[in-house]
Order: sequence, then structure tokens, then C-alpha cells
Amino acid sequence: MAAPLGTSARAEETGQEKQDTQEKETVTPEKAEEAKLKAKYPNLGQKPGGSDFLMKRLQKGQKYFDSGDYNMAKAKMKNKQLPSAGPDKNLVTGDHIPTPQDLPQRKSSLVTSKLAG
Amino acid sequence: MIPGFGSLMQDVLWCFSQVKGTIDIGVTEADIISTVEFNHTGELLATGDKGGRVVIFQREQESKNQPHRRGEYNVYSTFQSHEPEFDYLKSLEIEEKINKIRWLPQQNAAYFLLSTNDKTVKLWKVSERDKRPEGYNLKDEDGRLRDPSMITMLRVPVLRPMDLMVEATPRRVFANAHTYHINSISVNSDYETYMSADDLRINLWNFEITNQSFNIVDIKPANMEELTEVITAAEFHPHHCNTFVYSSSKGTIRLCDMRTSALCDRHAKFFEEPEDPSNRSFFSEIISSISDVKFSHSGRYIMTRDYLTVKVWDLNMENRPIETYQVHDYLRSKLCSLYENDCIFDKFECVWNGSDSVIMTGSYNNFFRMFDRNTKRDVTLEASRENSKPRAILKPRKVCVGGKRRKDEISVDSLDFSKKILHTAWHPSENIIAVAATNNLYIFQDKVN
Repeated sequence: MAAPLGTSARAEETGQEKQDTQEKETVTPEKAEEAKLKAKYPNLGQKPGGSDFLMKRLQKGQKYFDSGDYNMAKAKMKNKQLPSAGPDKNLVTGDHIPTPQDLPQRKSSLVTSKLAG
Repeated sequence: MIPGFGSLMQDVLWCFSQVKGTIDIGVTEADIISTVEFNHTGELLATGDKGGRVVIFQREQESKNQPHRRGEYNVYSTFQSHEPEFDYLKSLEIEEKINKIRWLPQQNAAYFLLSTNDKTVKLWKVSERDKRPEGYNLKDEDGRLRDPSMITMLRVPVLRPMDLMVEATPRRVFANAHTYHINSISVNSDYETYMSADDLRINLWNFEITNQSFNIVDIKPANMEELTEVITAAEFHPHHCNTFVYSSSKGTIRLCDMRTSALCDRHAKFFEEPEDPSNRSFFSEIISSISDVKFSHSGRYIMTRDYLTVKVWDLNMENRPIETYQVHDYLRSKLCSLYENDCIFDKFECVWNGSDSVIMTGSYNNFFRMFDRNTKRDVTLEASRENSKPRAILKPRKVCVGGKRRKDEISVDSLDFSKKILHTAWHPSENIIAVAATNNLYIFQDKVN
């Protein structure tokens, strides 16, 4: 789901115009759904569809990994035990530097497909 | 009445034939089928999954003794095509999910297919081995080396029959040519080249050359802030090796001719349906994004799938489609929740039958739809374990939009949006279809009289 967007520096006048005409015309199901969405997420960008979805699509798979931090944490591990990650091992955030133990295990797919069973 | 091959208005009754996969309470993500494709004769059926595995089924020969079992598909070969990777330079996790499989036409005893994940295309050779050499001089039958001093006579190894073994070997790996995620591959009718398309670029490859490819389409803007559309699908014309089409997230299709220039950024034809501006909403562009484009077998038409419709376009007419079919228009009043649960971004595929008279596409709740272009009749069928008795005729399903719900109908609010049929395939010449329902593969055939 797209995150609420900050206001763009460029004023989007067309958005305001559309809202005016909307009130005058009969509301199609699509426009009714749009109104629902805007009611829930008032900060949603004025640009319909648009490049934010596209940018999100292009960036699929981005994971931020700092090999320097990782290697330093690994080196420290040799000397003392670092506190392990919390119960949710998939979420390594904040000040916690990922250590080999904390990284979520890559799913093992080297098992025969069940379709071939 | 159910549409099928359009000749003589004969109606097809679709029956359950087989289902592959297990009934698990929780679906392992790796088992989710991500692509399904028949080969050119329909003898083989390949599936790819999120775990990077390919399973190939082969149709068994029809036997006179059991005329009712019309050629079932059994496992022929299975292999790990792609594995998960991590691009450390870009901090990018590369999924092993198989996005597309495309078969090459058969030219010798072996079968060849292309399989691709987000970044790398691979050419796989699938071949049979039913003989092995026996009687080596320097090693015995177990492969252990013989003591040379014990060898007193020479013998000539001979080929002896063995149990059939099907081997899959990667013959070519086409890597490092795509910055963005590959969504399509398409084999050219010259059988020498193929294309791979990602969000912003399309590359042309020669099957023999893996360290070079030609970029033929590049829609990346100089300033990424100006990005307004991405490439969503691409395909070569079935007969004209110079022609291909690609679709966009804005609902347009461009046809390009590779003879005009090396970089086909300028289209030869531009297909777009004019939009009624008064109907425009926040969702308009998202639901107009084309998730699949397919040439008809004849090469005269293209079919496109967007979120709510399937459209057929005549290559000779760019300003609007010649046919528009509503797949699940009742979802129009659910767009808000479909946006919130991301379903509005689901990418459905569409397929033609062998004679281009019927088109098929998937929907939610494990429903799939067929439209007969000649009779204009359509049907909704369901892939479910409940209708999986051998040769059981599939009953048409109906979604009720409000008001009084009849006994056999299902209301829009009861639809299961986690059961989506994104991938289907139609046998090239017969009424046999393969439908991927999450982690299960259903095969349906028309009724044998």
C-alpha cells in the first residue's frame, strides 16, 4: 500500500477542480470508492496513480545492508555475546546491528516441488 | 451454455481432469505457482513457482484401452531453475521466483525452454537418456577404477538400454542485462532471437550469445522524477520477426518495427482507448494498467488485460479496441478496499484458445472466465477441490451483485481475494486448459463423448 505522501511543492490545481465537478455530477462507483479512500487517508497525494507507485515498483527488493557494520558486529561477537534480536527475528531495526544470528534465514527452496510429488 | 471452439455453435462442456499439488492448510510461499505454459505441440506443460523451481508435465499417449482417459499429464522433469541471490552492490534481494517460461519450438529430440526471474534468463535443455554405455575397460560397472595390471583383454563398450532418465541442463545463462525487474520474455519467430523486457527497457538477444544483448526500447527518462509509465508486458508477433508490441502501466500498447531503427523508442503504432474525462478517478490509472498482452495465433489481433477487463484490438485500428469484455465489473464498487489490501495491483494474465475464438482470464475466489468472441457468450468456472471428481462437469458460477442472492450464487462480499487465478494456459490445438490456483495446478478438458 502506498504511504501517505507529503505535500508537493507544486500546487495541484486540477485536484481541486475535480472535487468541484464531482459534487455536481452523479457519483459513479469508482468516484464513491475514491471518496472513501480520501476519507481514510486525507494525505494521499493529489496525483492519481502516478510516479509514486511506479517508484515503489522499481524499488522492489531493496534491502539496506551495511557490510561495514555487519563485519564489525561479527568481529565483536567473537569477544562477547551481543544481545540477540527480539522475538520477531524478521525485524532488525533501529540501533541493533544485524549479526549473522539475526538475519532471517533465506527460505530453503532446494526441496522438490510438491507438484512433482 | 458454455463457450468453446466456435465452430457450428457447438458448446463445450468443461470437465475436471487432474489436479497437481497438495492440500495444505498453510501454503508455503515457495509452492505458489508463478507461471504456466504449454509447449507448441501441447505435449508438454511447464510450471514455474516462487521457489525458483520448474516442473514439466508430459501428456501420456492416448490408449485405445482407456479412451476415457484422454491423455493425462504426468511429471516428466523437475529442476531448480533459479536460486535466491543478493546483489550486494545495490542492496537488492533478487527473488528466485520464475516470472515467465517460454518454450522454443522443437527442432531435435531435446526440448528447450527459457525461464526467467527478475534479473536472469536461462535457456534449459531437457533431454531423454534411455541408453548407457557398458563395458568400459578402465572402470567397472560401478565406476570404480579397475587395476590396470588385472586387465588381460580389450573390449569395446556397447550401448545398452536403461530406464528412461530425463535430464535438464542449463545451456545458456543471460545475465546482467537488466537494471529493473524482468516482466516478459518472448521467443521470436526466427527462432534465433528472443527479447526480455523489464520495467523500463527491452533487450534483444541471440540464443547463442550470452555476453551481449541489444537494447531495443528504453523509456527511462533522463530525470527519474519525470517517470510516468513503465513497461508491463511485451511480445513478438507470431509470424513477423521484425514486429513486437509492449504494453504500459498507463493502458497503452505500442507496436514497434525493428527495421525502422536500432532503438525502437518511436512506435510504429500506438493503441489507446480514449478515456471519458468525467469518469476519471484516483483509481483510473491504476486499473487501466495492462498486466498482460498477447498476440492472437493469427497475428491479426492483440489481447490486453487490465484490472477489470480484457480487450481485443485489431492491429489495423489504433484508436480503440474492437471488443471489451468485463471480467469482474462488480469490483468497481470495492476499489477502496482492493487498494488497501493491494489486490488492485494484482497482475492477471490472459490467453487465446487455439483458433482465437475464445479468450480466458482469471479472477478471484479461484474463478476464471471464458469469453466466446463469436457468440458473445461468457462463463465463469471455478477451480476447486470440491469439483474434482474425475470427468466431473464444471458448473457455471455466478456472482451476485446485490439484492436477492439466488441459491447457487455467491455474493461479492463473500469472495476470497486470497484465492486469485493469475496464470492460465490453453493447449495450442485442443480444448485442454491449465489453471494455476495458488499452489495447485488444475487441468480441465472438454467432455469426451
